[in-house]
Amino acid sequence: MTTMTMAKALNEGLRAAMRADEKVLLMGEDIGTLGGVFRVTEGLKSEFGPRRVLDTPLAESGIVGSAIGLAMRGYRPVCEIQFDGFVYPAFDQITSQLAKQTYRHGGAQSFPVVIRIPYGGHIGAVEHHQESPEAYFAHTAGLRVVAPATPHDAYWMIQEAIAGNDPVVFLEPKSRYWPKGEVDLSASGAALHASRVVRRGTDVTLIGHGAMVATLLDAAELAAAEGVSAEVVDLRSLSPIDYAPILESVRRTGRAVVVQEAPQQVSVGSEIAATVGERAFYSLQSPVLRVSGYDTPFPPAKLEGVYLPDVDRILEAVDRALAH
Amino acid sequence: MATDAIRLLSPEGVLIESEENAAWLPLISALSEQQLLDFHRQMAVIRRFDIEAGNLQRQGQLALWIPSLGQEAAQVGSGYAARAQDTIFPAYREHVVGRIRGVDPMRIIELLRGQDHGGWDPKQHGNFHLYTLVIGSQSLHATGYAMGVAFDGAAATGDPERDEAVLVYFGDGATSQGDVSEALVFAASYQTPQVFFLQNNHWAISVPVATQSRTPLYRRAAGYGVAGLRVDGNDALAAYAVTRTALDEARAGLGPRFVEALTYRMGAHTTSDDPTKYRDDAELEYWTAHDPIARFEAFLRGRGVGDDFFASVAEEGEDLAADVRRRTLALESPPATKIFDHVYTDPHPDVAEQRAWLLAYEASFGGQA
Ligand SMILES: Cc1ncc(C[n+]2csc(CCOP(=O)(O)OP(=O)(O)O)c2C)c(N)n1
Ligand SMILES: [Mg+2]
Repeated sequence: MTTMTMAKALNEGLRAAMRADEKVLLMGEDIGTLGGVFRVTEGLKSEFGPRRVLDTPLAESGIVGSAIGLAMRGYRPVCEIQFDGFVYPAFDQITSQLAKQTYRHGGAQSFPVVIRIPYGGHIGAVEHHQESPEAYFAHTAGLRVVAPATPHDAYWMIQEAIAGNDPVVFLEPKSRYWPKGEVDLSASGAALHASRVVRRGTDVTLIGHGAMVATLLDAAELAAAEGVSAEVVDLRSLSPIDYAPILESVRRTGRAVVVQEAPQQVSVGSEIAATVGERAFYSLQSPVLRVSGYDTPFPPAKLEGVYLPDVDRILEAVDRALAH
Repeated sequence: MATDAIRLLSPEGVLIESEENAAWLPLISALSEQQLLDFHRQMAVIRRFDIEAGNLQRQGQLALWIPSLGQEAAQVGSGYAARAQDTIFPAYREHVVGRIRGVDPMRIIELLRGQDHGGWDPKQHGNFHLYTLVIGSQSLHATGYAMGVAFDGAAATGDPERDEAVLVYFGDGATSQGDVSEALVFAASYQTPQVFFLQNNHWAISVPVATQSRTPLYRRAAGYGVAGLRVDGNDALAAYAVTRTALDEARAGLGPRFVEALTYRMGAHTTSDDPTKYRDDAELEYWTAHDPIARFEAFLRGRGVGDDFFASVAEEGEDLAADVRRRTLALESPPATKIFDHVYTDPHPDVAEQRAWLLAYEASFGGQA
């Protein structure tokens, strides 16, 4: 066990993946000499050289589109999109090209491209720097979408994402880059799409991913002080969603609250609510509730605290669930 | 035809052995008689195939057909310019290039019938990649692939028989796409061993090229730091010589190249299109008089090639058309569960579950999926 930030854990995970397979290369804006605006790729260019850590021209479609060509050539590119709100110029290359290439090729070729996106709020940044775009990608067949919540998961999940043979949108909760956590460098990772229970409880199941997992754990702690036992599930994967631990939990607690930073309309949280309703209907004692960002653009930073789900809004939903 | 286009064959089919063509002519004299005959054979046979495919669409056998009528010289010349080790990224109209690289034209028929979204494994078919229908997207795939060629050290070793290059096709409409621009930027940055081959057929469906660009398109290349040339795209020999040279320069490590072939889409954009709505007869008449196949036939006849050869080519075209018709009519719908195949490479629980559900659902009717 060693203690490090998620940014460092990702850095170590990338380093390990690059050492393990010389076909792995990194591409993105400012990721080489600077080490990325969040320093996730710090030191990798000096270790692996400019052929494997590419400071690309400033063009997101160009980054993903050329990564597809590199994958056709046998490379395993890991693209960094500088911020969540800047992934949209690459939308065609991700959703119509990368996601569909394996299908179009009838399986004759795999497209192991990872697209890392620092995402989400809580950092007080200007417009386009705090968004949660996961639903667009979770809606697209052919992509896998994952988000680690802890340094340990980040270390393992980035390596699994790179080693797997499918395209992965890898969402990094940027507000969690800096808190430290324990990382077991010797453990092996769980399957990339496995969700997991991170706190046991009996009265209600709280479900979330990325930065929301820490908020859910805080909420569960406060709920416990009031005599409510909340179980917390970290999704880790948003596509596919690993429902077994969720359903097992909800069948015990009878109540579920799904929490996400993203807007609610047609969201991952909505999908989970629908599926839990379909599959655990007779175990439910209350409707599945959602706590989300509002269905507005991400607001100016001074209002992000209003927009983002926090402990109070989560506990309010828990109270509503328990009132049934 | 703009005067700045490189032309080796006059519209009458006479080789123009001028001083300004001196650089290109040795490449033509290096072609064997058989190679010259193959140029013609490929152009004429694909045209017959093209007509048959259009008819099959009209008869309800295909969802769509995309004719290449009129563009055969640009395609055959550039297609033969590529060496065996090269990799080609087509747009969606380069049927004859696929044929040259070993793709059975039936695969293209099946694609446009709706049997498959792809149809062949590029690695098994002369490194000829799949068609891309989103305009311009393939330019970036080609550039990324060419970056990989460079990173692998598979170009610029000084051995043209081994060094690899990449050839990417796109249209005049595509030049307005951001992806084509980004591909040129990346290609210049990484000095990729790559040729951008623009078929300027003067139209993007109903929109004339003047709407895409007020400057000759090949001149845009210079703005990216990429050397650009313009060639008479209805002259198979010029298309060959210029593309051959550009590919060999690119494979030698001299950086990416851009070739604009001026040609003309003599047919409709696709079988869904009605060109009488937007272009006038005089334009079509002009280009019909500049038909690339007629020009090459005149060239061959001038060299003494006789009726026997042309008759054998016509027969080959008829045979291919009949074969394609027969095989198209024999096609069956793919199995229902094909929709779940290869969505992912690694096992995926949702796809597996939905596939199993479909099988059970179909079985519930007592039939077979
Ligand atoms: C991104 C995108 N926008 C629109 C279309 C619809 N479309 C198909 S072909 C075409 C015109 C393309 O013109 P050009 O690039 O000149 O190629 P050509 O068809 O003339 O060979 C258009 C608009 C498309 N396929 N992709
Ligand atoms: Mg065109």
